[in-house]
Amino acid sequence: MIRARRLLLALAVVAGLAGCASSASTPGDGDSAQAIVTIQNKGSDTLVNLALAWAEAYMDTHPEVRISVTGGGSGTGIAAMINGTVDLANASREMKKEEIAAAQANGNDPIEHVVARDAIAIVVNPSNPVDHLTLSQLSAIYTGKITNWRQVGGHSWPIVLLSRESNSGTYVYFLENVVRLGDSHSKLLFSPDTLLMPSSEGITVEIRQNRNAIGYDGLGYVTHDVKVIAVSSDSTSPSVMPSIESVNDGSYPISRPLFIYSAGEPVSHVRAYLDWILTEGQSQVTRLGFVPLD
Amino acid sequence: MGDDATWGAALPSQPQKDRMRQNTSANLIEFGIEATVKVLGYSVVGFVILIFGFLLREGLPFFVSVPVGNLVSTQWYPTFGFFGTLPLILGSILVTVVAVALSLPMGLATAVFVREVAPPWTREVLKPIIEVLAGIPSVVLGFFGMTILAPLVRQVLGAPTGLTAFTGAVLLAYMSLPTMISVAEDALDAVPKSYRDASLAMGATRWQTIWRVVVPAARSGIVTAVMLGLGRAIGETMAVMMVTGNAARMPVTLDSLFRPVRTMTATIAAEMGEVAGGSVHYHALFGVGIILFVLTFLVNLFAALTIFQKRRRGGLR
Repeated sequence: MIRARRLLLALAVVAGLAGCASSASTPGDGDSAQAIVTIQNKGSDTLVNLALAWAEAYMDTHPEVRISVTGGGSGTGIAAMINGTVDLANASREMKKEEIAAAQANGNDPIEHVVARDAIAIVVNPSNPVDHLTLSQLSAIYTGKITNWRQVGGHSWPIVLLSRESNSGTYVYFLENVVRLGDSHSKLLFSPDTLLMPSSEGITVEIRQNRNAIGYDGLGYVTHDVKVIAVSSDSTSPSVMPSIESVNDGSYPISRPLFIYSAGEPVSHVRAYLDWILTEGQSQVTRLGFVPLD
Repeated sequence: MGDDATWGAALPSQPQKDRMRQNTSANLIEFGIEATVKVLGYSVVGFVILIFGFLLREGLPFFVSVPVGNLVSTQWYPTFGFFGTLPLILGSILVTVVAVALSLPMGLATAVFVREVAPPWTREVLKPIIEVLAGIPSVVLGFFGMTILAPLVRQVLGAPTGLTAFTGAVLLAYMSLPTMISVAEDALDAVPKSYRDASLAMGATRWQTIWRVVVPAARSGIVTAVMLGLGRAIGETMAVMMVTGNAARMPVTLDSLFRPVRTMTATIAAEMGEVAGGSVHYHALFGVGIILFVLTFLVNLFAALTIFQKRRRGGLR
């Protein structure tokens, strides 16, 4: 909390900026009525719309609970969990060992809950004729070995790489499972020419405008005015479009679980909310384009 | 109340008591106001020192814990331990220098027009409009840049993407214009009328007077205007983050101006949300903050020096 404030202060002075996305809020502030309990929920931008939908639906039926949801990235939510300023942290990647250790050192033992699944869709401009890629082609594209669409069967257009910022869980997942093809010893990195976009919206806008661009994002964020590409794990296996079915039967190669971390074993209201998410809340998952748990 | 002595031991009359009370309360108010102003004034200095101390405390470990070879390398992948700050520094410098190169001729021309050429009523209309320009939030300009300017840059200049250093520089030029115009205009305003009269009396045309006499006489004020515009441009974050593409590549090739870059400010703003407190990456961002601070400090110092020199020469404002 204090650190986040100081951090913002220093940032503002150093850069003279007005638009830092993250801000910390005090748990349980501004409640005059004693009966209302507040749950602080923060983290992944992939999850933020889903988390908002959950919170709104839950508050409709449980007026005694107030849930405040903020985004900022998985890293932001996890940092807040380490500093003990949230009850629930949303993350689109698993917490690292050192992050768990840091949280435990502050007395917040994080407990992991898988709350939904997500496919990462590869998107291009609708005028791009390329409609399928293999994972190794994607890796070569994102490491800068393939720089022209001609090399993967398209027009002779230069490839413009788009990625989320490195505070995004999607970034880390994509690097480990696509760029490095799941090889934990691999030292491959995103090409330095990769454009790091501060938001999903930034990626969508650029894809829509620029026929050269390729990007990736959670399936829930794909709009109808961009083109989704089918992906195959290798050149012999079939190309698969991301969908609820292809994620559930495991045929779409780039899908991942989405997590909520609770500070310690959840109790009372937080417990009830998490239980609701895992049961009734799953109907919201489909509505927002994510994949519900089986 | 020197007259009181003549009253000897006599007790003060009622009106006098009132006056004394009034004086005491007026003194108290006076003292209170003075003290408040003093405390506020000193606390500003105090805050600056505290913030600078904090920046040093959080940023210096970066320069100690990361080997120099890594620091000046060309790879910025902070999540994986590559802390090469060169692409960021060069990115900031490229965008800023091009922005000033674009805004200087425009700003100077506008200032000359407003001050020397425009009829009074035009001046009265133009000046407030220029000031309104300064109040446009940078995120609004950034959005404009992302949706309007970037596609134009791509289509007209044929770059693979419109999110380039050039796009950022154009936006920054626009943002530093108001500062530049008003400071340059003040400098022109301070040139004594006798200079213009003398020049015109010598048979010089209006253009010759402006270009050969007035502008050179206001030279140091114009340098200050450039420096302030430079300071505005290098510290800008939001708009730059939205339109420059944020790719941490080395801007050393000829076409770099029309390729994406990542500036120091955008790096701090984009990554600060992620870092775990106390990690190397956390200190690295403050380290970048120190580099940025030193750069802006040098620019401001230079601007202050030019003002100081002007004063010492007893010349213009």
